[in-house]
Amino acid sequence: MADVVLDHTAASHGAAGQYEAPLFGAYSKKVGMWLFLASDSLTFGALLVAFSYNRLSNPAWPTPFRVESITNASIMTACLLSSSLTMVLAVFAAQRHDRAWTRNWLLATMVFGTAFIVLHGMEWSHLIHEGMTPFGNPWAPTVPQFGGTFFTLTGMHMLHVTIGVIYLGVIALRKWFLPILGAIWLVGFFVIPSDNVFHYGIHVLLVGLIVATVILFLKPKDYDAHDVEVSGLYWHFVDLVWMFIFPLVYLMSTKI
Amino acid sequence: MATSATTHAHAAPQGFIRKYIFSLDHKVIGIQYFFLALTAVWVGMFLSLLMRLHLYWPNAVLPLVGEIKPETYLSLLTMHGTIMIFFVLTTAPQGGFGNYFLPIQIGAPDMAFPVLNMLSFWTTFVAFVVMLSAFFVTGGAPLHGWTGYPPLSAVQQAGPGEGLGADLWIGSIAIFCIASLMGALNFLTTTLDMRAKGMTLMRMPLTCWSWFITAILGLLAFGVLLSAGILLLMDRNLGTSFYVPLVVVNGQIMGHKGGSPLLWQHLFWFFGHPEVYIAILPGMGVTSQILSTFSRKPIFGYKAMVYAMLAIGFLGFMVWGHHMFMSGMSPYSAFAFSILTMCIGVPSAIKTFNWLGTMLHGRIRFKTPMLYAIGFVSLFVSGGLSGPFLAQPVLDIQLHDTYFVVGHFHLIMGVAAIFGMFAATYYWVPKMFGRMMNEFWGRVHFFITLIGTYAIFMPMHYLGIAGGTRRYSQYTEVAYMQKLMPIHGFMTYAAIITIAAQFIFVINLFWSIFKGPKASDNPWEATTLEWTTATPPPHDNFGGVTPVVHNGPYEYGVPGAARDYVMQTDPAIGAAH
Repeated sequence: MADVVLDHTAASHGAAGQYEAPLFGAYSKKVGMWLFLASDSLTFGALLVAFSYNRLSNPAWPTPFRVESITNASIMTACLLSSSLTMVLAVFAAQRHDRAWTRNWLLATMVFGTAFIVLHGMEWSHLIHEGMTPFGNPWAPTVPQFGGTFFTLTGMHMLHVTIGVIYLGVIALRKWFLPILGAIWLVGFFVIPSDNVFHYGIHVLLVGLIVATVILFLKPKDYDAHDVEVSGLYWHFVDLVWMFIFPLVYLMSTKI
Repeated sequence: MATSATTHAHAAPQGFIRKYIFSLDHKVIGIQYFFLALTAVWVGMFLSLLMRLHLYWPNAVLPLVGEIKPETYLSLLTMHGTIMIFFVLTTAPQGGFGNYFLPIQIGAPDMAFPVLNMLSFWTTFVAFVVMLSAFFVTGGAPLHGWTGYPPLSAVQQAGPGEGLGADLWIGSIAIFCIASLMGALNFLTTTLDMRAKGMTLMRMPLTCWSWFITAILGLLAFGVLLSAGILLLMDRNLGTSFYVPLVVVNGQIMGHKGGSPLLWQHLFWFFGHPEVYIAILPGMGVTSQILSTFSRKPIFGYKAMVYAMLAIGFLGFMVWGHHMFMSGMSPYSAFAFSILTMCIGVPSAIKTFNWLGTMLHGRIRFKTPMLYAIGFVSLFVSGGLSGPFLAQPVLDIQLHDTYFVVGHFHLIMGVAAIFGMFAATYYWVPKMFGRMMNEFWGRVHFFITLIGTYAIFMPMHYLGIAGGTRRYSQYTEVAYMQKLMPIHGFMTYAAIITIAAQFIFVINLFWSIFKGPKASDNPWEATTLEWTTATPPPHDNFGGVTPVVHNGPYEYGVPGAARDYVMQTDPAIGAAH
């Protein structure tokens, strides 16, 4: 939902003489992002409720995640946590008007985010290869909800991380990000074999590319410290959601 | 730092498309929402007319649809409920009037995010088109009612409308959720960040408060429905089993197993109950505004009104279980939900008595908006009184599947909210289009509609207590139901007359927009900011200046003032008041 912040400077942090002081002194884009996150947390909340509800009502819930899975998920978690640090550093750099380091830290955040997505994608492919689908799994045939909730929750989260990486890319590199995104999309499409779900899933990047192009050409602007901060809010939220998903979905289904 | 009016992102647009189609101006978007809802309400009303005709004359061959089969009846029921709730009750008061008047009433030049505002309207429009298209696909519109309970809604083979029609239905709801989220976010940011100098939160008109609280509810509720809808789509098309246990359809075992239909009911009603308040709260706001204006008295208990609305919004999220007493629930949960539900009676009663207190000893001007506001209070009380009945689990088990519930929610959520919209229309059309509406035909419309709606929905309560079940397409085969048929006949005739009266409204509306007498800037002698600016307001609402607010929103009958009302922008009245 990058479009929340792409536009409109009215009533942001200026105009103090004409308007009532905004709540908490926050400018509109920041308030808008906080509100979006409030709503998005309810969206994730509903999915987490669906997961918990199904899990509690199915005593035969499988616990298939072995050491390798947990190790992989821990590395993913480490990637996201590190990306939160680099994101904070990017915000700090933006606030002291250090454009080079803002960009560098944003790029570092994107690298961590991309690593998360790639690791997660490999994990998905591995599970699918073992026979897990949205409607079944090899470990507990009577509990199809295991696959359904897993793919819904983590898929929704992966989508959010992907949107986040594109969002940060637009903030960090502006128009120069578009050819990079296009290249990643094309390379991904041709490299990932067609029997893999991400062969089609990568088209999310195409949608992102189109949206980013529209935004960047309709409203070309230099992104300032506020934009970086708002994108940081989004990024931290996505990290925070993972901190719920990781213990619920992975750690509580381990087989060690 | 430049003022907001000058840095404002968009200048007055040129050209038809930017001005009237893809406009960023909140006023144009508000009017777009208004006419979208007006279209939707005619569609929804036509569907209800078909249902009423069928209920009394079950074998009649109707023009356009022919003979109504049971599944056609269920399709009509589903689409009537969905269109009315999403595209009328949610769209008109909030998207329509809220969009137009929230920025003006708080002294802002536009919404905080104009592009998002435009997107949210056009997304709503797409959702409406997708919803209507469900009529025209193979199998027709879905059968599962506006609540979409699985397994019926989650299995493609469950009925004729449950194929592509149901997919379009869920798709439309999901799109509508996204549109509402964008709208709610915009409303909240605008209210929090763009109030003119002096417009403190406790000086906002109660309409603004109601739109603000409605937006909070929308922001938190629609996200849940979005998730629930995605899961339902997956159940239907990807073979997952979130909501579907092992089911047998036409002797064939479906592939699902282990899911819980109750999960959908929990998620749906977590959205569904706040949705009721999303529909009614703006009506409460506009009623407060109009009662105060036309009684020429300050609103009775302004702060109590605000806190009551906040309490209603807060409690609205904690009572979803009272829709599920029949679904199977621990008696302890039912007890808790029952108590919490009855708690809503307290803020509702506070509001009602404050409205009555506002009118008491007032110098009331019985103009059409005032009549509709009084009608709102009347319907709110009559519809609300049956609420505590249904909040009792024991009574609810008897009444839940009867017309008692239909009467209850139509009076309070349907007709009361519609009366709020009528009041708002008669009140604000002079500002929106610069022309007064016809007073005589407005009154005729009011009295026919008020008596007509009571005649339609009051008998439903008796029908329900007598055991008249709802959602059945025919009552002719059941002996005890046949004795109730005269009541159905009465309601059907009342419905025909009431629907006919709505032509008066539409003709009055369009005639007035083009031919009505010119409206002055402040025809009702009201005090809020929209009446300080030109009629209709210029592109940036206040012609380049930002108003400065010195007074509360309802300063009528101020002692010692030159006239009987003090505008919000007038110099501050003495602290003694």
